[in-house]
Amino acid sequence: MTGMSAKTTGRAAPAGDLRLVNLTKRFGIFTAVDDLSLTIPQGSFFALLGASGCGKTTTLRMIAGLEQPTSGQVLLGDRDIARLRPYKRPVNTVFQSYALFPHLNIFENVAFGLRRRGIRSVDDEVLRMLALVQLDDFGHRRPAQLSGGQQQRVALARALINQPQVLLLDEPLGALDLKLRRQMQIELKRIQTEVGITFVHVTHDQEEAMTMADTVAVMNAGRIEQLGAPADMYEYPATAFVANFLGQSNLLAAEAAGGSGSEVPVTAHGARFSVPAGRARADRGEVYLGVRPEKLHLADSADQVPAGHQHVTGVVSDASYVGVSTQYLVRTGWGSELSAFAANSGLGGRLPVGAAVVAHWDPRHAFLLPRAPGQDDRTAGLLDEPVGASS
Amino acid sequence: MKFSRWLADHWVMGVALLVLGYLSLPILVVAALSFNRPSSRLSYDFNEFTLDNWRQPCATSDMCDAVLRSVQIGFIATVVATVLGTLMAFALVRHRFTGRSGINLLIFLPMATPELVMGTSLLALFVSAGVPQGFWTVVIAHVMFCVSFVVVTVKARLAGMDRRLEEAAADLYASPWQTFRLVTLPLVLPGIVAAALLAFSLSFDDFIITNFNAGTTVTFPMYVWGAAQRGIPPQVNVIGTAMFVIALLLVGLTSLRGRRSRRAGLPVAPAAGRRAKSPT
Amino acid sequence: MTALAHVPTSTGQPAGPPPPPRHDRHRLLPYLLLLPGAAWLLLFFAVPLFQLAAASLYDPTGSLSTGYALTWAFGNYPDVLQAYWPQFARSFGYAGIALLLALLMGYPLAYAIAQKAGRWKNLLLVCVVAPMFTSFLVRTLAWKTILSDNGWLVGLLRDVHLLGPDGRLLATPVAVVLGLTYNFLPFLVLPLYASLERLDYRLLEAASDLYASPVQIFRKVTLPLSMPGLIAGTLLFFIPATGDYINAELLGTPNEYMIGNVIDSAFLVRLDYPQGAALSFLLMAAILAVVFGYLRRAGTEEVL
Repeated sequence: MTGMSAKTTGRAAPAGDLRLVNLTKRFGIFTAVDDLSLTIPQGSFFALLGASGCGKTTTLRMIAGLEQPTSGQVLLGDRDIARLRPYKRPVNTVFQSYALFPHLNIFENVAFGLRRRGIRSVDDEVLRMLALVQLDDFGHRRPAQLSGGQQQRVALARALINQPQVLLLDEPLGALDLKLRRQMQIELKRIQTEVGITFVHVTHDQEEAMTMADTVAVMNAGRIEQLGAPADMYEYPATAFVANFLGQSNLLAAEAAGGSGSEVPVTAHGARFSVPAGRARADRGEVYLGVRPEKLHLADSADQVPAGHQHVTGVVSDASYVGVSTQYLVRTGWGSELSAFAANSGLGGRLPVGAAVVAHWDPRHAFLLPRAPGQDDRTAGLLDEPVGASS
Repeated sequence: MKFSRWLADHWVMGVALLVLGYLSLPILVVAALSFNRPSSRLSYDFNEFTLDNWRQPCATSDMCDAVLRSVQIGFIATVVATVLGTLMAFALVRHRFTGRSGINLLIFLPMATPELVMGTSLLALFVSAGVPQGFWTVVIAHVMFCVSFVVVTVKARLAGMDRRLEEAAADLYASPWQTFRLVTLPLVLPGIVAAALLAFSLSFDDFIITNFNAGTTVTFPMYVWGAAQRGIPPQVNVIGTAMFVIALLLVGLTSLRGRRSRRAGLPVAPAAGRRAKSPT
Repeated sequence: MTALAHVPTSTGQPAGPPPPPRHDRHRLLPYLLLLPGAAWLLLFFAVPLFQLAAASLYDPTGSLSTGYALTWAFGNYPDVLQAYWPQFARSFGYAGIALLLALLMGYPLAYAIAQKAGRWKNLLLVCVVAPMFTSFLVRTLAWKTILSDNGWLVGLLRDVHLLGPDGRLLATPVAVVLGLTYNFLPFLVLPLYASLERLDYRLLEAASDLYASPVQIFRKVTLPLSMPGLIAGTLLFFIPATGDYINAELLGTPNEYMIGNVIDSAFLVRLDYPQGAALSFLLMAAILAVVFGYLRRAGTEEVL
């Protein structure tokens, strides 16, 4: 993306970070976005991740200007754009299911924004943009004549050609099939790196968010549960919601007595465990002891458990073979079913249902989360879908 | 055994074709009679083949005057009703306001009220207000009963339109007026055209309401009504056949366009069937 | 990634109320859009109904030339009922019989188009609507030709002794009912088609998989699911059929006159406005009563 000169598109100098300050949106008595504050650094790829109805799309629409915040600010650099009409904002959107103008051809769709800003000679820019999204010869076609993936790229070109300060993507890949989605994820990431524009990407697909974004914010009920780099969040989630929204977790109801040392001792179902203090979001009272299924290993007997690992005993109650791995459910002595993934690396044999096993983990992979009083174990159960497939 | 199985599978289609025959028969008769030289003024039977009626459709000049008047009334009523109805449809689909249910009722009731009642009540109004009846009272009446159908038709098209297209336009620097001119209007236009065609055909063919409010003005249906007592000139069937053919061509055209816009991913406006009343 | 944290709220000045001018304009806009159309409907649809109500209570001894006085003459109503109850009864009787015939014809037709026609669907639909492309009156007059005493239909019926040697169709109740059925059948078929078209044939397959016979499938699945269209179609047929007088006039004789013929002559021939207005009002009230009674029984008032 070297060809787009500031002269033809009138792009202003980068305005700076996008900051949302105490942003709130209420529809009647329903609070869609609740006092949200966050900073999205200029040039980053930011993902807002959450289930439908969590407020992520409303947040995006407030940034685009399609929704008026009930209160709060949307700052682009130092300028509050929260009250600007959408067509006055240096922000463009790739809409869910694209919203391409059906009565205009691809060329005119892409040229739409430039023309509205009074730019007369748009040909070069449009052709360059179509080349960027690899649709060079499609200018004269109508949107309905294009496949979903092609439409998606037109929508991207139509927004990017305006060189916005911020590009908003509202579930841009939701309508594509799995393979195409993969491909577009890589392509989107490539384009973002190329143009260096701030991307704010809304999605409910945790894997999409993790693979593409520099920073992910998990939203729940109008608030941000946790925000950070994908790997950090996955390895050390902040809340039970995040632990089960980003991947899945075995969460055992436990009590922590607090501790001053480097280890936090906890008691769960009568057994004693410990977690490094650096991996405890709570160290006193009701806590969850969390272990990811792929970090839970199964052994035939206690003497096979490596030194330093902690363990519980149980019986295999279900085994499902999913190719790259086998997913086991292990029923513990107190009745909960823990989930464990064993890679089918050919090293160990497969365990039959009914086998007595020892489930063990390295305490450095466990984590402690706050738990509301009275909450019982939250275990992953069998996955609806194998790891590696997105919803 | 085999035959009864076949019958069980196909009797519905058989009945349907018979009913379609019943529905089509009168049109065939009208077309045939347009080539008829009747034996007497009051005879309705086919007598002798001739092309005279088609060669001289205006042999009875009153009839052609009536047709022309119906076209004029239909045109004016269509323009007014289409404008009024389209504005209302926009308000109903695009805005929240108090009193919506009252407005909906006001739009629905004319479609559910017998024409006889609307015709006589307008007559009562015009007489008590001392308004002389004629061309313009007919126009007023026609606009009144066409508006609701326009609202319903345009509303369907508007409601089927993706709001995100307008948001996308706003997002791409189009002012509200540009958004309307470049996106909304081109996408709603087929619905407005369908509504206008519907309004015209309703107006052109109305007899009952017109009959009570026309005074001495004679529209085509009123001419036919009057002629039915005195003897029908065969040219009436020429007009009837021509109307049919023109309407058929229009439908063919719009369905071609419809197929095109369907391919372009647009919702297609309801067919311009006359009085395709759809309860809301 | 750097500096990503919940931003402290110190910079957040409380957002004031949204700028008012834009909002006020938006609040007025729908009313401005509605005003011309609603005014037209109020003035030329709603107000005339009141005028009609008033006219029905005029002193019946007045006349158009001497002027009418509003004397709240409620006696007009029993008077016209007594004088014209046969025509009232005929209106509802003919329309009712025509409705039954139309249901018997229209349901199979709508079903066949919606579920069986395949790629002929659109063509058959056009055939249903096509009659309405030409003039209502001209089509009705065509029935005069079809039913004529010298026509092939009467000849055929006489040959097979369904009609006596002097039997006729024209100028009989049969002709009027046939005309009504014909003229309003498309109004019944179109909404019925619309709801049958939405019917998922897999539901029928599921029913048949679950041991339902064809008759049971119709009664338990098809019919209930087509109810909205059936109700709408029935109303769209019945309301104009009851108020019609063109068929009775053109295909019948004064012995077949319906209430519309009486109203027409009251307003346009005898110039007896109180009587005409009272009859009109009674017609509307009777139709409304039938419609609402029907809707209550059908149990789906949302079709209105």
